[in-house]
Amino acid sequence: MPGVISRLYRGDINIDFVGKRRIWYGLSAFLLIFSIVGLIIHGLNLGVEFKGGSVFDFARTPGSSVEQVRDSVEGAGPHQVIVQQAGDKNWRVTTESLDGAEVTKVQQAVAKQFGVPEDQVSSQVIGATWGGEVSQKAWIGLVVFMGLIMLYLSIAFEWRMALAAVVALVHDLVITAGIYAWSGFEVTPATMLGFLTILGYSLYDAVVVFDMIKEVTGKIGTSAKMTYTQAANNALSHTLIRSLNTSLVAILPVAAILFIGTTLLGAGTLKDLSLALFVGMLVGTYSSLCVATPILVTLKEREPQWQALARRVAARQVSAAKAAAATAGGSRTGKEPVAAGSQNGAAGSQNGTVPGGKQRKKR
Amino acid sequence: MAPPTSSQIKPGRTLLVLLAIILAMGATIALQKAFVPKFGLDLAGGTTVTLSPVTLDGKPPPSESIDQAVNIIRARVNGNGIADAQVARANDNIVIQIPGVGQREALGLVSTTAELRMRQVLAYGPSTNQPVQMPTAAATPSGSGAPSATPSGGSTPTPNASGTPAGRALSSALAAPSPSAPADAKGGAKGDGKAKGDAGAKAEATPTPPVPTPGATEDPLAGQDTSGIDPALLTQFRDIDCTAKNKGQGVQDDPNKQIVACSDDGSARYILDKAAVQGTEVSGAQAGTDPTTGEWIVNITFKSKGASQFADITRRITTLTPPRNQLANVLDGVVIVAPTIEEAIPGGSARISGNFTQVSSTALADQLKYGALPLKFKQSQVVSVSSTLGQDQLRGGLISGGIGLLVVVLYLLLYYRGLGLIGVASLGVATAVTYSTVVLLSHNAGFRLSLPHIIGLVVSIGITADSFIVYFERIRDEIKEGHRTLRSAVEVAWRRARRTILVADAVMFIAAIVLFALAVGDVAGFAFAMGLTTLIDIVVVFLFTKPLMSLVARMRFFAKGHKLSGLDAERMGRTSPAEQTLQEA
Repeated sequence: MPGVISRLYRGDINIDFVGKRRIWYGLSAFLLIFSIVGLIIHGLNLGVEFKGGSVFDFARTPGSSVEQVRDSVEGAGPHQVIVQQAGDKNWRVTTESLDGAEVTKVQQAVAKQFGVPEDQVSSQVIGATWGGEVSQKAWIGLVVFMGLIMLYLSIAFEWRMALAAVVALVHDLVITAGIYAWSGFEVTPATMLGFLTILGYSLYDAVVVFDMIKEVTGKIGTSAKMTYTQAANNALSHTLIRSLNTSLVAILPVAAILFIGTTLLGAGTLKDLSLALFVGMLVGTYSSLCVATPILVTLKEREPQWQALARRVAARQVSAAKAAAATAGGSRTGKEPVAAGSQNGAAGSQNGTVPGGKQRKKR
Repeated sequence: MAPPTSSQIKPGRTLLVLLAIILAMGATIALQKAFVPKFGLDLAGGTTVTLSPVTLDGKPPPSESIDQAVNIIRARVNGNGIADAQVARANDNIVIQIPGVGQREALGLVSTTAELRMRQVLAYGPSTNQPVQMPTAAATPSGSGAPSATPSGGSTPTPNASGTPAGRALSSALAAPSPSAPADAKGGAKGDGKAKGDAGAKAEATPTPPVPTPGATEDPLAGQDTSGIDPALLTQFRDIDCTAKNKGQGVQDDPNKQIVACSDDGSARYILDKAAVQGTEVSGAQAGTDPTTGEWIVNITFKSKGASQFADITRRITTLTPPRNQLANVLDGVVIVAPTIEEAIPGGSARISGNFTQVSSTALADQLKYGALPLKFKQSQVVSVSSTLGQDQLRGGLISGGIGLLVVVLYLLLYYRGLGLIGVASLGVATAVTYSTVVLLSHNAGFRLSLPHIIGLVVSIGITADSFIVYFERIRDEIKEGHRTLRSAVEVAWRRARRTILVADAVMFIAAIVLFALAVGDVAGFAFAMGLTTLIDIVVVFLFTKPLMSLVARMRFFAKGHKLSGLDAERMGRTSPAEQTLQEA
C-alpha cells in the first residue's frame, strides 16, 4: 500500500492540528466572514414553504412541455406559476397560495389536459406563516439543545470542552448557511431538519475526540513530559482515523439519499435534507478536527496549571535534548499517547508521534 | 490488562439473551401476521392538514385551549363522516390525517371558529322520534331517569329530567349559604350520561299515551308550548336525528336567530332562542366542589357586559315552566349543557351543579373556558399526496437505504476485513431489530412509518456503524500498544470504548429528544427515528458486537492476526510481540 494510505490505515500519521491552530483559526475566520457576507448579500433562497404557496406534483406524460403545463395551470386561475421537472418522471408546479376550491380547479385542469387521474395530482398548500412557525421552532430547538449540551458536556467533561464544542457547532451552522447562500440552494423545512441534525453529528464527533483528550491529559498533570497542547494533539491524532472513518461512514448513506433524491425524485424532502446533511457533515468533520480541539487547547493553556506544566516541559526540554538519544529506546510500558509523546519536542510547534509506532521503529 | 475471567463465560450467554429478544419480536410479528409496517400518508397517499390555532386577536392560545380545540375538530371530522381520519395535537398545531383522496371539500368546515353561546331553551325532545306507545317504556319509567325527584325543577314531570346536558341546575354562586338551592339542583339532576332513561322519562312526560299507530312516531313537541318559535324550526326539530354522526358540529350558528341543536352526546335535541350571552363574555370557568356538600360543581364568571346580560336572562326565564327555564350553552353548534335556572343570578358569577364527577365538571369547565377565548384555525399546510407519488417516495427511501447500507458494508469490509464482518453482522442485527421494532410499533402503538422516519433510519446507519468503529479502533490501538493476546486487548478496549460510545450516544439522544419535543411536522418524525436507532445502537453494541468480539477473539483467524482479519500486525505497524513478529518475518 502506498505511503499515506498505508500510514493512515495504521494510524501512523500525525498532523499537527493543534500546533498550527493559527492557520485553522485564520481559515475558519475567513470562511465565517465569507459565509456571513454571502448571507448578507444573497440571503437564503427560501422555499415555498417559507413564503407560502401551492405546489402540485404529477406524472410527466410523454410530449408535454413546460409551456403546456404552465398554460394549463394558468388557465385554471393561478398567476405566479413556476413549472419545473422533478426527477425523471414528474412535473412540479409552484404557484401562489390557493384555497381548497382553487386547488381542485388546478387539479382538474391538469388531469384533463394530460390524462392523469385527478387523484394522482398531489398538492401542497402552505400558509404564509407556516415557514415562520417552523423556523421559530427550529430556533427554539437550537437554543434549548445548545443549553442542554453545554450542561451535559460540562457535567460529563468540563465547561471548556462544552464551550469549544458549541463554538464549533455554531461555526458549522454559519458556514453551512453560507454555502447555501452562495450556491443558491433552496432552503426548505427539510433543510432546516438537516441543519438541526448536523448539530448532533458535529457534537458527536467532538465528544469522541474530547473523550480521548480527557483520558490522555488526565495522566500528564504530574509529569513534565508534555504540555496540554501536545497531549491534545496526540489524542487528536489518535482518533483521527476514527474521525475520518466515522465521517465517511456517516456521509456514505447521506450521499446515497442525495443521489436517489436528486435522480429519482428530483425534489422534495429526500433531496433537501440530504443536501444539507452532506454539506454540514463535510464542514463538521473539518471543525471537529481543526476548530473544536484547537479552541479547547487555547482555553486550557490559559489555566495556571497547564501554563506551569508548559514551563516545566520547556525547562526539561533543555536537559532532555542531550539525553534524548539515550532515552529514545526507553520505556515501552506505556500504551498511552502520553508516554509516546514524551519524546517529542517543545510546545505545539513540533509533531508528536502516534504512540508506539515511531518509538518502536527506532529500535 | 488481565482479561476478566467472568467475561470469558458471558459472551455466549449475552448473545443468547439478544437472540431471545429477537425471536420474541419475530414471534410476535408472526403471530400478528403483520410483516410490513403501516405507512404514513406521505407514503401511502392521503391528505394531511395542519391547523394552527390562534386566538381571535392573533395571539398564541393557551395549551388547554388547544386540547379543547382538538376535541372540537375531532367531533367535526367524525360528524362529517370523513373515513378513518385522525386528529392529533402536535405541539401548538392540530394535525388532521385523512387517508385516500378526494375529501378535500369536507375540510372547509373543519377549520371554522368554534364559538360558545348561551341560549334559552324553547323546546326539548329526545334524540330521535320515539315509536308511538311503547308499552315497555311506559311500564318501566324509572330506568335511571329518576323522574321522581325534581322538587325545584317544577311541579310537572319534565322531559329533561334525565337528559344529559339538561339535568343540571344553574344558581348564583353567591347564594351558597342557603343549602336548599344546590340540594334541589342535585335532586333534580340524576342520570348524567344515562341517555337511555329518556325513553322512560319521555313516556312519562306524556300524560296520556296516544293511540298506538303502527309505523307512526310520537310528536316530540307534544305537550310543549311552541309559541314564539319559528315554524320552520318546528319542522326541522321534528326531522333532526341527534343519534346520527353529524349532529351539526361546526355549524356556524347565527346568534340573532333561533336554532335547532343537538346535545353533544346525541341524547337530546333542542329548539333554542337567540343568543342571550356570547361565550366571549365569559371570563372564566372552574371545576370545584361545593363547600357544604362536597359535590362537584362548575363555577362560571362573566365580564361586565356578560354579567348584566346573564342577570337579565336568568331573571326572565327562571319563573318559566320547563323546559323554558333552561339556559343552553351551545359550543360549536352542539349543546354542551342546559342547566335549569334556579333563580335570577346577578353579580356575574354562577354555579352549575348536578351530578358532576371531577372528570365531567373539569371537562365542562374546559369547554366553557374555550368558549371564552375561541380560536381561529389557520390552515398552515395542506398536503395531499397521490398514491403514486407516495410509492415513488417510499421506493426512493428504500433504495437509498439499501444503497447506503451496501456502501457502508463494502467500506467496513474493505477497511476492517475480518473485523468488518463483525461490523456487518452487527449492522445486520441492528437492521433486523429496527425493522421489527418499527413493525411492532406500527401494529401495536399506532406508529406510521413516514418518509422522515425512513430518512432518519438511513442517516442513522452512520451512528450505528460509528460505535463499531470506535470499538474496533480501540482494539487495534491496544494491539499496537502491545497486548499479548487479542483476548485481553478486546476486553481492555471495550472498557474504554464503552464510555465513549455511551457519552456520544447520549449527545445524539439529547438531540433527538429536543427535536422531537420542540419541532414541527416532519422534524419530529425524523427525531423519533434518530432516537430509536440510538437506543438500538446501544443494545446491539452491548448485546451483540462486544460478546461476538469476545468470542471471535478466541478464534485462531483473529487471534493470530491473519492477513484478512483486519488485525494483521504488520499492516498496523506493530512489531511485537515476538511470536507474531516471527510469524510474519
